[in-house]
Amino acid sequence: MKVLVCISHVPDTTSKINFTSDNSEFDKNGVQFVINPYDEFGLTRAMWIKEKNGGTVTVVNVGSAETEPTLRKALAIGADDAVRIDANPSDGFFVASQIAALAKENNYDIIIAGRESIDYNGGQVPGMIAALLNQPFINGCIGLELEGNNAQMIREIDGGKEKLSADLPIVIGGQKGLVEEKDLRIPNMRGIMSARTKPLQVRPAIDSSSRTKVGDFEKPAPKSAVKMVDAENVQELVSLLHNEAKVI
Amino acid sequence: MSVLVYLENWEGKFKKNSFEAAQYAAKTAEMMGTEAIGVSLGETDDLAVFGAYGLSKVISLGGADFGQFDNYKTASALKSIAEQNSADTLIISGTLNGKSVAPIASIMLNAGLITNVTELPSSVSPLTLKRSVFSSKGFVNYSSEEATKIVCFIPNSVGVTEGSGSCEVVQGNVSLDATPTTTINEVDRIKGKIPLPEAERVVSAGRGLKGPENWGMIEELAEVLDAGTACSKPVSDMGWRPHTEHVGQTGIAINPDLYIAIGISGAIQHLAGVSSSKVIVAINNDAEAPFFKAADYGIIGDAFEVVPKLTEAIRNFKATN
Repeated sequence: MKVLVCISHVPDTTSKINFTSDNSEFDKNGVQFVINPYDEFGLTRAMWIKEKNGGTVTVVNVGSAETEPTLRKALAIGADDAVRIDANPSDGFFVASQIAALAKENNYDIIIAGRESIDYNGGQVPGMIAALLNQPFINGCIGLELEGNNAQMIREIDGGKEKLSADLPIVIGGQKGLVEEKDLRIPNMRGIMSARTKPLQVRPAIDSSSRTKVGDFEKPAPKSAVKMVDAENVQELVSLLHNEAKVI
Repeated sequence: MSVLVYLENWEGKFKKNSFEAAQYAAKTAEMMGTEAIGVSLGETDDLAVFGAYGLSKVISLGGADFGQFDNYKTASALKSIAEQNSADTLIISGTLNGKSVAPIASIMLNAGLITNVTELPSSVSPLTLKRSVFSSKGFVNYSSEEATKIVCFIPNSVGVTEGSGSCEVVQGNVSLDATPTTTINEVDRIKGKIPLPEAERVVSAGRGLKGPENWGMIEELAEVLDAGTACSKPVSDMGWRPHTEHVGQTGIAINPDLYIAIGISGAIQHLAGVSSSKVIVAINNDAEAPFFKAADYGIIGDAFEVVPKLTEAIRNFKATN
């Protein structure tokens, strides 16, 4: 079983988000970068697949050399090898085109990407990879079991869940549920040591365009001060919600 | 040139999301000086009602291909209808199904895709849209100059107002591309629960509730408010509540009209997923809880005393209004 896990390199969830003074870019100053949390669930699930069915787990990122520590962390967690496609990930289509090109050469059985990345929240890449490869796409996947060449999956739908099956190869948009939070693998010392010598291939980007253009960033409008209501007087909150906020 | 909109249905019924999408398309079409056409798949309720939201026509596609949701078949049908109507803009509501269709449709149509959109276009030449990034900690303006564009907006972000009128409904005809097969074996919808992404009001609780056995009062408050129920990440990680209820940066991002946070401290990761809510109420016994800085209204007090009183007060209010 050959599994490819797509890894986004994103600001830690506790990061304060700032933009450069001309609002043209995200200000990386002082920001810690991590494996995108949605991708972490997929990575641990990929390790389980490998341990049960044999095979390899490859991780891929489209980015500059500064993302390599994040790929090394994925190797420390247990991936066998890493590929960094050397390019500025300018939009979802560009990134998906790069990963689809890698996949066409390597014929992975399963490609797992996070449902979205917590930086741009585009949610575009896994579905685009699937469509470029013409493979089944299961988004918001919260369960994955393999039986031979067939995958049994559960995906979240609005107001419930759905059980599906498809023949491999498939593309998964993953999230919590692929494994539980408590099951997430974290690097141990042996993993960190061995990650240093695992292969990390740098691959030139294929020629591809972007289909969207990023303009100015802005921060959300500041909230006005909170109005406190006495705990003994919840009636006042009801009046405020009705008369002032007009939400009930 | 025209604007096309996917009118998603749930077991044949339309929801606020579908009307919001229709109106989004109609307003975008007006900016472009063209018409907005709806596409509906499968057997549904009356489609002429979409005239009240500004659509000039709805194309209905029936038949066995659309009995159950299939992301590829939906995308393929949208592509075919877009080509038949020389549509250069496609609007999709960012529901879980919508988010599963949009990227596939963008590849099939060679379209520029802009997702997570929070407002109507600020310009239509080139098409420019504001979208949420960094889990609502920021926004950015995106544009696309591709011949075809797909806009996927966050449900409940732009809202909808009902007008009057009806529109023409025609039976469409498409030839679908051969697409990958996924089989749905079982659909399990939670009955009597309002799905979070579409809930206009949400009651959410955290570790302050002390244990899963105390959620009865949260559900009661949600019931009188006609609200969905949600929870913080620790609560879902401990298995007190299903992770479909986890809102926040790594769970579901929501933007209801009213968000009531009970016994949730307001960690930055939680706030990221809920800060787009129009009105936020925080109830916490810790006066220093960060949530009070992000809330519109706050009550410092014991949830076990405040929540039942609030439920009662709302029940009385509803009985007399």
